[in-house]
Amino acid sequence: MSAVIEVTGLRKAFGRTQALDGLELHVAPGEVHGFLGPNGAGKTTTIRVLLGLIRADGGTARLLGADPWHEAVSLHRRLAYVPGDVTLWPNLSGGEVIDLLAKLRGGVDEKRKAVLLEKFELDPTKKSRAYSKGNRQKVALIAALSAGSELLILDEPTAGLDPLMEAAFRECVEEERRDGRTVLLSSHILSEVEALCDRVTIIRAGRTVDSGALADLRHLSRTSVRAELARPPAGLDQLPGLHDLDIEGTRVSCQADNSALDELLKRLTDAGVRSLVSQPPTLEELFLRHYTDATS
Amino acid sequence: MTAPKGRAADWTEERQERGTSDLRDEGRRQGKREWGGGWGPGGAREQSSAHPLAGTGTLAKLALRRDRIFLVIWVYALVGSLASTTYSYHHLFTAAGERASLAHSILANPSFLALSGPVYGDSLGALIVWKAGLFIAVGAGLLGIFAVIRHTRADEEAGRLELVGATVVGRFAALAAALAVTIGACLVVGLLLAVVQIAFRLPAAGSLALGAATALAGCMFAGVAAVTAQLTESARTARGMAISVLGLAYLLRAVGDPAPALSWLSWVSPLGWIERVQPYDGPRWWLLLVCAAVTVALAAAAAVLAGRRDLGAGLVPARPGRPDAAGWLRSPLTLAWRLQRGGLAGWMLAFALSAAVLGAAAKGIGATLNSSPQARTDILRAGGHTGLVDAYLAIEFALLSVMAAAFGVATVLRLHADEAEGRAEAMLAGPVSRIRWAAAEVVWAMGGIALLMALAGVCSGLGYGARTGAIGPEVARQLAAALAQVPAAWVLAGLAVALVGLAPRVTVAAAWTVLAVVALVDLLGRSLGLSQWVLDLTPFAHVPALPGGTFTATPLIWLTVVAAGLAVAGLAAFRRRDLT
Repeated sequence: MSAVIEVTGLRKAFGRTQALDGLELHVAPGEVHGFLGPNGAGKTTTIRVLLGLIRADGGTARLLGADPWHEAVSLHRRLAYVPGDVTLWPNLSGGEVIDLLAKLRGGVDEKRKAVLLEKFELDPTKKSRAYSKGNRQKVALIAALSAGSELLILDEPTAGLDPLMEAAFRECVEEERRDGRTVLLSSHILSEVEALCDRVTIIRAGRTVDSGALADLRHLSRTSVRAELARPPAGLDQLPGLHDLDIEGTRVSCQADNSALDELLKRLTDAGVRSLVSQPPTLEELFLRHYTDATS
Repeated sequence: MTAPKGRAADWTEERQERGTSDLRDEGRRQGKREWGGGWGPGGAREQSSAHPLAGTGTLAKLALRRDRIFLVIWVYALVGSLASTTYSYHHLFTAAGERASLAHSILANPSFLALSGPVYGDSLGALIVWKAGLFIAVGAGLLGIFAVIRHTRADEEAGRLELVGATVVGRFAALAAALAVTIGACLVVGLLLAVVQIAFRLPAAGSLALGAATALAGCMFAGVAAVTAQLTESARTARGMAISVLGLAYLLRAVGDPAPALSWLSWVSPLGWIERVQPYDGPRWWLLLVCAAVTVALAAAAAVLAGRRDLGAGLVPARPGRPDAAGWLRSPLTLAWRLQRGGLAGWMLAFALSAAVLGAAAKGIGATLNSSPQARTDILRAGGHTGLVDAYLAIEFALLSVMAAAFGVATVLRLHADEAEGRAEAMLAGPVSRIRWAAAEVVWAMGGIALLMALAGVCSGLGYGARTGAIGPEVARQLAAALAQVPAAWVLAGLAVALVGLAPRVTVAAAWTVLAVVALVDLLGRSLGLSQWVLDLTPFAHVPALPGGTFTATPLIWLTVVAAGLAVAGLAAFRRRDLT
């Protein structure tokens, strides 16, 4: 089956600012794909290109096998979108907005809507003017999640939600995944991406800096190791692939490239291991490494 | 009428951060020193942070900083329009005889009286006041309304006042700061007007009276806006209510001025008081005191109302909405209807009322005039109409068609506001084409214009016919005259569509500027002595002279074609460009 989102060499400039500079993004059917990057990296611009709201200057973007600019209307029937900053019609109630957006796509699934209203604890009779940021976000989420679209595009959807609602949101995304739907999740919240996403794409300054399954990305990264030994270790500082090495008498802490792990452990056991803590890299470390490496 | 706000919000947003950080600094210093501004607490011993007006000085400075362009443009426009009138009259009417004849023909022409009010003498000053005084007073009133709403309810609705309210500011500080800045701006306008008139060697006392009257017109409507800002949660509604009061004030005197039997109506209208100050003909200074007292009373009322409500809430509590959408709410077209039906109802009410009243007042216009046969023929020849009543009705429909065009422009500009504020994205990310989305507002704009003018024709016909006894023919005749104006108003709405598509950065400013210029040229151009080719630039100049004149379809067809062309060009461009 062909990719749901296929973006290659995407370029877009706003005046003198180059917002996208050869961006790559590939999302396979049925996966939850994390789209990561610092503020201003071009996440929202990419999404706006994918929605056909703006036109790219160069490169190609295909959505569900079609051109997002020319086929915008027919594509939008098959996807649902939650913007990062939700603005609604101030004098419409939340319920009216949810129904309107659903009806534009064909009809309201009353049962699903009721379940979601319950789950997100939203009062649909309030006027949009009176909703807080989190509640406006819920309106957009309920409208998108009740649509039953084959593709969900979510741009920082949990920015205003409290932890309970974030949990509800995760459940919903899990459900979508079980139903075989594809989700593009742009986010800052790494724990969320880590918990939900099969694959991630990390971008910076309009370029893709890394992309792949979370497991693969970790493979490229380092493991943090802390050990308490019987004797001071020997020859660790000559070992290639160790970083931030810190030896204080019999205590050792360091970051090890995965290629150096084997040799490191041998030397540690030679010195007699009393305790050992090793942690796989968190997405956060991965993320920080990409950005600090790239900026330095 | 939201349009100016939309644009203003752009640059306020960007400075918001800076403004509030200034404010916090001020707040920190506040504990140590007394406020410099005139609104600070009177006694030095009082701890300013506990005072309900604490922080007013800082907020006023913030308002001035945000408004430095907005206010300068308004002041320039108001002072400039009086200066240009004075300049041209200075050169046009040098001989006393000419002035006397002009004054005579004004008093003989009910449509002139309805539009600009009475003339109180044949001095140069009196003629200038007749020509420009009322319009500048209306302009000052709009300035007062826009400025006050901008710094009270609009800030509150956008959440900016909440940010400010969390710092050391008193409960009434925002209201007091808004009124202080607005009244200050009005006084500057008044002072400059007086200076300009004195510079043209007009009598000093009269010039000061004119300046003071104009300033007080602005102050009174600033007071009205301060009250309406307390009533509803929506800045748009608050602004609409205040503008309605201004419109009503204009209407009352438009009926009262040409009809001696109804002249008490002019005495009910605040704008009627401004006219009756009669600056260059023995000024009635006491009327200025009345205006000042009304301003103070309105400001006090606003403060009382503000003290009784929560931040962000209106006095009229918001009702809960529907839990789900009505069955018909399922397309951009029905959404536009859902969003605009309230506003449209207000416009329709205003049109029906104005047209009925103006139509009813048309009866008896000829009879109350003691005009010489010569003046009579002059007026009729100038307007191309067959009777005084027809000339008066033609002015009525010209005025209302400019208003209908304003409705159309405001409706079209919702597209721009939706795009700027992100609501367009919510629609266009759904299976809705850009054309379908944009066309919805265009349909309501064009349809609304036709509806409003039809209503105006019918109601005016009813009003006039009810008094003459020939309802049927009058309604038909006046409906035709009103509808003849529709294609011209469409051209202005079409131009707004073109601007939305082609020039998204300047849409709002450009659309309203064009409308204002067209209104000025259309309503006042002939009496300002502009050359024919300038007059011909406005779409309204090509409308056949109805009622009474000969009907020709050709110009109407052309105007419709131009309007459609502009709208299509705008929609085509909108389909092609990036969403901002």
